[in-house]
Amino acid sequence: MGQRGSRRLPALAIALLLSSPAFGDERDSLTIGITQFPSTLNPNIDAMAAKSYVLGMALRPFTVYDADWQLICLLCVTLPSIENGLAVPVDLADGKKGIDITYTIRPEANWGDGAPVTTDDVLFTYEVGRDPKSAVGNAEFYRRITGIDVKDEKTFTLHVDKLTFDYAAINDFVLLPAHIERAAFADPAQYRVRTLYNTEPTNPGLYNGPYRVSEVAAGSYVLLEPNPHWAGSPGHFRRITVRAIENTAALEANLLSGTIDMVAGELGLSLDEALAFEKRHGDAFRMIYQPGLVYEHIDLNLDRPALADRRVREALILGLDREAISKSLFAGRQKVADSFVHPLDAGYSADTPRYQYDPARAATLLDATGWQVGPGGIRRNAAGQTLSLELMTTAGNRTRELVEQVLQSQWRKLGVDIRIKNEPARVLFGETVPHRRFDMAMYAWISAPENVPRSILHSSEVPDAANGFAGQNAAGFNSPEMDRLIDALEIELDPRKRKALWADAQRLYATELPSLPLFFRSDVFILPKWLSGVRPTGNQYPTTLWITDWTVQP
Amino acid sequence: MIRFSAIRLVEIAVTVLVMSFLIYVLIGLMPGDPIDLMRQADPRMSAADVARLKVVYGLDQPLFARYLGWLRLALAGDLGYSRLFAAPVWSALLPRLGNSLLLMGSSFFLALALALGLGIAAARRPNSRLDGPINLFCFAGVSMPTFWLALVLILVFATGLGWLPASGIATAGTSGLGDRLSHLVLPVATLTLASIGGYTRYVRAAMKEALAQDHIRTARAKGASEARVILHHAMRSALIPVTTILALSFGGLVSGALVTETMFAYPGMGKLIFDAVMGNDYNLALVALLLATITTMLANLAADLAYGWLDPRVSYR
Repeated sequence: MGQRGSRRLPALAIALLLSSPAFGDERDSLTIGITQFPSTLNPNIDAMAAKSYVLGMALRPFTVYDADWQLICLLCVTLPSIENGLAVPVDLADGKKGIDITYTIRPEANWGDGAPVTTDDVLFTYEVGRDPKSAVGNAEFYRRITGIDVKDEKTFTLHVDKLTFDYAAINDFVLLPAHIERAAFADPAQYRVRTLYNTEPTNPGLYNGPYRVSEVAAGSYVLLEPNPHWAGSPGHFRRITVRAIENTAALEANLLSGTIDMVAGELGLSLDEALAFEKRHGDAFRMIYQPGLVYEHIDLNLDRPALADRRVREALILGLDREAISKSLFAGRQKVADSFVHPLDAGYSADTPRYQYDPARAATLLDATGWQVGPGGIRRNAAGQTLSLELMTTAGNRTRELVEQVLQSQWRKLGVDIRIKNEPARVLFGETVPHRRFDMAMYAWISAPENVPRSILHSSEVPDAANGFAGQNAAGFNSPEMDRLIDALEIELDPRKRKALWADAQRLYATELPSLPLFFRSDVFILPKWLSGVRPTGNQYPTTLWITDWTVQP
Repeated sequence: MIRFSAIRLVEIAVTVLVMSFLIYVLIGLMPGDPIDLMRQADPRMSAADVARLKVVYGLDQPLFARYLGWLRLALAGDLGYSRLFAAPVWSALLPRLGNSLLLMGSSFFLALALALGLGIAAARRPNSRLDGPINLFCFAGVSMPTFWLALVLILVFATGLGWLPASGIATAGTSGLGDRLSHLVLPVATLTLASIGGYTRYVRAAMKEALAQDHIRTARAKGASEARVILHHAMRSALIPVTTILALSFGGLVSGALVTETMFAYPGMGKLIFDAVMGNDYNLALVALLLATITTMLANLAADLAYGWLDPRVSYR
């Protein structure tokens, strides 16, 4: 019996070896692990990173920012500009400036059922986006379009009611296939329920990218296969499976077992998990660390008396050794931020004030503001109140909790008593931050290249009862100068003047410190060594938009 | 018995109605609503968009009015639409219910079968050489955190040996029974190992007590075989407390196993209920939790009826 068993073992080993991708298989399939499953595949309902990741392979937006953070056309032929005559500023009846922008859809663009992508789809998508009952999330883009003129089947002109510097960026305009979706929109209030992206997600006519969704196992995986009517350069893989595995330990185990080939950086391991993974198994994979636009910071509630004093805020940042935190916790892979603008961004200014670790100066500033070191090493003011602040972040986020402990320890040395009070994300973002019930809240802002910080820094965006607590300026930063800069930034077309405005905005932010800049988060891509062509963008546009560049290297 | 069953069914209906209200209100009182959660994912959403979407999703109405609206539709047979799964509630729920019944049912019956064997063996000779290892095995199973056990099984059988898939319910693009079963092995093993200890302890205790009763001694004195004594005489009385435990466990068949499902990326009811509650998907959370409530209560009714069969002294009033 034992002998028979031992004879079987080599045969089993050979069978396993032959069935492994290195032998016989042409590597024409790819399985990607991500930590989230998309709730819907309708591109205009419910923003979700997992959905963007999957649809990156199946739908073409008109314009996106590429890996060099340059605006490019994907579905259009030419990026409109005032210089090439495709964008024409116009004077509006109310005395303001608007703009007419002309786009041409790529002539070879087809839906997966062979129907051409036409201006009929443009008009239908506009109709859906404009309808207040259609459940489209961010409808600002549609509100700004006052009308669309159709020139022919492929060319149309948007009439926009505001002339902004990024007029050509219609990244949110992802077309819906009118020829099969129109029936679902008969009752706009029911569109979110009846859209074919929900009821029939494998209908090939829903997709116009290099791949189409061919199978959806809800909560488990999405299978994509080449779109036979795609006229661009074809993708290498015959089948791509995007598998959702929420637990990152299980995600690692799946990667090691070969159940998945790679972990997407957009929705994968956190930086500390990836660093630990690299130490153990880095040799077997290609790891790419891509600093991105996710800006980790601490919002300070400027209505708190202690934090209303700018010198206290400066002392707090001088008392932090962010470089040391980055080195010790993130092996230096998480870039320290000077402001909300990423160094790769066109608006970045190197003249922004930088705060190096300087505990002596921090102590001097606190002394000057009346916070003197008292019994137990904690600072007190003349009224006997201790300099005691509550630091909050999302409970269960291991990386932030680690950082939080170091911050607490470093500020304790300055004489600032930090009480950590973490809350689940839904409580923190659903209740505490919008209602500004915090002293200091550590979380991240997600932005885009050259993203004007209206929602986070303009005084009109301070959440309050009047706006239904929907603003995102949770610090309560109220600066007429910042408001002016934001208003000017949005409409300044001259890149040189805009650069100067960006520099002023960063300088003002880093001087006033409504929030303490911490890091720009890095995405970690764990790729098999045989896969090439994956180029992380670092912005909100997923690598999968360039899936046709992904190839297998011999 | 018919009168007893009818009264219990009415009680169940009232309890379900009260539970539906409590669950709806409790989810509604949690901080943040679905639109607040959407805004986190899309920071560019304006205040106007937030207000508009609250109207679209009916969240501008008072909580009680929303509940009454849901109840009216539910009584008419319309359980509503799941926002998280972008599908009618039943369409979102049924595949996961099937997955959970398969996973939980397999592990439940496997654990029960093994527990009966081990429990009886241990009870027959308490404190023997056999009883010690069985007890150790039981306590190990009860003490081991499920996520750790799951991870160990994945690392050994999927990563190390490569014999079994590490996650999911099937390989994408395939529909074979063998593939489906291979995906079940590790989660079923995890749940079985985690629950077998508890069941074995119950069976052991009940059987030990049953074997000490007078009628067992009489049966043995009358020359009944050991198998007949165990299976016919002792088992019947031992099954009464075990039935109670099993009835309570039935709710788990439809409420799933959150940790195991998460570790194995297995789309079952546990994960669905967790996601629905955390995502403020009222319709889905409500129906899923009520389903678990109804199952538990019906299983308890069945257990009460079974007591009469197991012990003729039990009467229904």
